[in-house]
Amino acid sequence: MTNEEKKCVAQFEIHYTQLLNQQGELVGPLPEFAASAEALIALYRTMVQTRTFDTKAIALQRTGNMGTYSSSLGQEAVSVGIGSAMRFEDVLLPTYREYGAQFQRGVAMSEILRYWGGDERGMAYQGQPHDMPITVPIATHIPQCAGIAYAMKLRKEPRVAVGVLGDGATSKGDFYEGINVAGAWHLPMVVVVTNNQWAISVPRDVQTHAQTLAQKAIAAGIPGEQVDGNDVFAMRHVMSNAIEKARSGGGPTLIEAITYRMHDHTTADDASRYREQAVVDEHKLLDPIERLRKYLNAHHGWDEAQENALHETCAAEVEAAVNSYLATPPAPPETMFDHLYETLPDALQPQRDEVEQLGKQKHGGDDNG
Amino acid sequence: MAEITIIEAVNLAMARALENSPDVVIFGEDVGVNGGVFRATDGLQQRYGADRVLDTPLAETLIAGMAIGMASQGLRPVAEIQFMGFIYPTIEQMICHATRLRNRSRGRITCPMVLRAPYGGGIHAPEHHSESTEAIFAHMPGLRVVIPSSPLRAYGLLLAAIQDPDPVVFLEPKRIYRMMKQEVPDDGEALPLDVCFQLRDGTDVTLVTWGAMTHETLQAAEQLANEGISAEVIDVATIKPLDMETILNSVANTGRCVIVHEAARTCGVGAEIAAQLAEHGLLSLFAPVQRVTGYDTIMPMFKLENDYMPSTERIITAVKKTLEEA
Repeated sequence: MTNEEKKCVAQFEIHYTQLLNQQGELVGPLPEFAASAEALIALYRTMVQTRTFDTKAIALQRTGNMGTYSSSLGQEAVSVGIGSAMRFEDVLLPTYREYGAQFQRGVAMSEILRYWGGDERGMAYQGQPHDMPITVPIATHIPQCAGIAYAMKLRKEPRVAVGVLGDGATSKGDFYEGINVAGAWHLPMVVVVTNNQWAISVPRDVQTHAQTLAQKAIAAGIPGEQVDGNDVFAMRHVMSNAIEKARSGGGPTLIEAITYRMHDHTTADDASRYREQAVVDEHKLLDPIERLRKYLNAHHGWDEAQENALHETCAAEVEAAVNSYLATPPAPPETMFDHLYETLPDALQPQRDEVEQLGKQKHGGDDNG
Repeated sequence: MAEITIIEAVNLAMARALENSPDVVIFGEDVGVNGGVFRATDGLQQRYGADRVLDTPLAETLIAGMAIGMASQGLRPVAEIQFMGFIYPTIEQMICHATRLRNRSRGRITCPMVLRAPYGGGIHAPEHHSESTEAIFAHMPGLRVVIPSSPLRAYGLLLAAIQDPDPVVFLEPKRIYRMMKQEVPDDGEALPLDVCFQLRDGTDVTLVTWGAMTHETLQAAEQLANEGISAEVIDVATIKPLDMETILNSVANTGRCVIVHEAARTCGVGAEIAAQLAEHGLLSLFAPVQRVTGYDTIMPMFKLENDYMPSTERIITAVKKTLEEA
């Protein structure tokens, strides 16, 4: 029996959205939010701030002032698009390149520096009570995202859980288990695959033979779509639609944001071992910040003076965050016990006492409280 | 008051928790309409609704991950893994997230979840349905591992686990699910976690055990009493964190200790107890500590499972060995 003779029982399509092309020209309908110069400049500002932060963070690592750091260079539109489409009371479950979203949601730059500087206090997020800390084990937060979304649904709260992961993470079962239950239980959640083409050294094509990553939604019975992740117009637009659909009871969406990892995987990686610089250079033409700057220049008269002023402001903000980070002494060593349980079990008290005693000997008492 | 079994006490505790707090949510494979393969959740979906007692897709990583997500929002999820042999996909979620969430967020986000699973051998179950691997969880900082051994303790400890502000793995000894009955008042009273329960007083030897092995251990103590040997029996109950004080106090009186567990010997929880006895109680001991445990083999399928699990006779032999010394 040939395929022509078999009955077709299901058909699927994957759609792609780009609104701003690489020259910064509008190639689709202008989304409502993009009519406001103020709103666009706010997005632009966060993207520039994120990149300024990124450059400084890499420098801190290179000069021995911070641990390993994962750069978000080139992916600013993805995270800023996500963050700008969310409400404060929603929950973001980020991985380690979503700084733009995190900054918009109230996470301090100094906290991200503390995190990569080896200090758990960098996950306390004093300005953002709802979001989960950065997830390092790949895709493990997608089942958690479903649990959070279920709690929102059970309590009939108009909130949405947003989980972000990479292209490599779609190869993991956790990802599938999470989106599958999202479909089965019609959960208020949005999952964003930041397809930056690389999982450390393994390119997207080696990861899976699937034509798109968005189509993995089909197996879970939920809508999946692609978006140009270097186009913040499209990114914000597609995210807003998915989030508001989820908020109003319309169920989950999987979004594949196409972008490119411009830096090494982390500062501990050397991408020249596995990819040609010429290919990376080609992607510079797709730069998300440059694209929005061109649009602002053409449509809202964004000039060099404004550009320079913005860069100065961002540099000063980053500098202040760096100073705060560098000026923070390590926590007293015995505090490693203090958030293990709500109340430290008696069995652990002798270990805490030992650490406290050794810490006092080492640090000379109370110099670092 | 009617007497009930351990499995009925587990059910009663969950019903009480559902009744008392709208934050309690129960889920797992086949826990809804079917009431669980052992009937632990029998009738709960009918009484408390399908949005609080839910059947999940067949995915254990998901079950643990969703429990973490719900707990992070202040719900009190009680997730069932159908058998301990299928609990291993949850380990990444438990060790990387459940146990660390409070610590990572400096107390901003907590994880008051319970992961329940029936465990242990002796019911002639298929392959992968009989292991006792509690030590894997006992090794995880930030976790509690609780094992009841009677209907009263099943009720009181499960309520305590659900009320606890931190993650708890609650392992139910399925061989004794229906072995004994007790009167269990449904008073909503939790028993304390992190403490041992002394099941029998004695003066010659301390027998330390938990879970289904309390049955054989109490039998051994009874038979030893007929021979004039007085054995104290301690049910550890919370194997992490460990209440060594009770064990050390008992050994200070008896001078002898036999540790009994169904799990494999090497790096079992008995090894930790023996090590702490060596550290803090060596001078009380008249004889080397004995361990009566499962062997360091794969848990055999059921034709040989009784040759693997500690028997009353093996416990008695070990006790007599400690009495031969000094």
